[in-house]
Formats: sequence, C-alpha cells, structure tokens
Amino acid sequence: MLNINQEKNGSVLIIGLEGRLDTTTAPQLEESVNSNLAGVTELCFDMAKLEYISSAGLRVLLSAQKKMNAQGKMILKNVSEEVVEVFEVTGFTDILTIEK
Amino acid sequence: MKKTFKISADVENLPQVIAFIDSNLEAVGCGMKAQTQIEISVEELFVNIAHYAYSSAVKASCNGASDVAQAANAENSVSEEGNATVTFDFSEETRTVTISLIDSGVPYNPLSKPDPDITLSVEERQIGGLGIFMVKKNMDEVMYDFAAGKNIVTIKKII
Repeated sequence: MLNINQEKNGSVLIIGLEGRLDTTTAPQLEESVNSNLAGVTELCFDMAKLEYISSAGLRVLLSAQKKMNAQGKMILKNVSEEVVEVFEVTGFTDILTIEK
Repeated sequence: MKKTFKISADVENLPQVIAFIDSNLEAVGCGMKAQTQIEISVEELFVNIAHYAYSSAVKASCNGASDVAQAANAENSVSEEGNATVTFDFSEETRTVTISLIDSGVPYNPLSKPDPDITLSVEERQIGGLGIFMVKKNMDEVMYDFAAGKNIVTIKKII
C-alpha cells in the first residue's frame, strides 16, 4: 500500500509518500511524477511516512532525479532510518539530495 | 520447522509472499532492520521469478488459455508451472533465518549478474540492476542451485 499526496505551489511540487514503495506500488508513483512534472523547478519528496523502499522504488527516484537535473532540483525530506540504509547500500546517498 | 508457501508467480502476489515472510519473522522475534533487509531480498527474488522464470505461453496457460500453452503444460508437471515456492526455516541455535525461492522455469542464476557500479553519477547510472545487488549486500549468505529442473535461490541471515 502506498498513499501519494501531492501539493503544488507554483513551480514547487511536494509529494508526500506514505506506506511501501515496492514493485507493486512503484508504477503509481512513476505515473504520478510523470504527469505532474511540467513546469516544476523544485520537486520535494516528503518521506516521513515511507516505511519501505525496494529497487523498484529506487528506479522511480533515479528517473525523477534525471528529469529534475534538466529542469531544476529534487530534494528528499524526512527520510527514515530504514530508507536511508537502502540509499547507503546502493550509493544513492551520493546522487540524491537528502535534507537532514 | 520448515514452512512452505506456494503461489502463482505474479507480481501482484508480492504482498502475500511478504506477509508469509513477515508472520514467520515476527514469530521468531526478528528485529526491524533485519526484517526490512529480508523483505527487500525476498521481494527482489520473487519479482525476478515473476518477470523471467516462465515463458509467456506458460503464463497464458495459467490464465486458462491457448492450445499451445496446454501442449507445453502437458510436457511438464502441471502443478509446478507458473508457480513460485517460498520456504522459511529458522535455527534457534544459530539465530539464522534460511529462506529459499524455488521455480521450475528456465534455468537461470540471478547471482551471476555483474554488480552495478554504484559510484557512477546520476546521468551515468542505469535504471535497474540494483535488486540482486541489494540481496547480496544485505544477506549473510546467498546461494543458487539448479536441481531436479528447479531454480533454487537460498538466502541466509543471522538475526
């Protein structure tokens, strides 16, 4: 289960994630990101309530990061310890901007 | 005691596979961190089976379709085609969880895949290839065996 809450303020898009970002839920997020990225210069993921991420979730974040590199910046906020560990193992801490 | 769970190898069945693993891990008092690492590993291996183990013809037969698929099925053990079997075992003595994922699809060793380069920049990074890498990183032991027409991937984790 994944809940996606989107909030758009001008060119800033905030996406709040709640639950599990896995193989079954990643396509939802991908669609959500892709359909709302036009004109966005700052994409912020609020991950306070994200409990779990697998490689399918990493793929969506990497793809979003690639897109945002071309049109602005991407930030991850309130990342839980479990999720940070996955970022560390896969080297994603070096390619994503994680706000402490 | 070894527990066994058999299910059709479809990505949509992932939550049931994870529920089977979680209930067993909770029963043996597994900590949160190890539980997450095991869940990730099982997800990657199960999804691998769902995506690659069985041909589209066999998949079609599972959904009750074509003659070609039925002919293919007749040559094989009908009950195993299209399925994934997950076993769970725990040793009290060594506090070791042993999980196997078994399919009867095409012979394939997912562990033979080269590890991705995790030092590349965003632009150079390929989308994908991280799943099996995470399994290797997070588990204490990972093994592949092909026996009696089955792919068997076994992971071990001391909890």
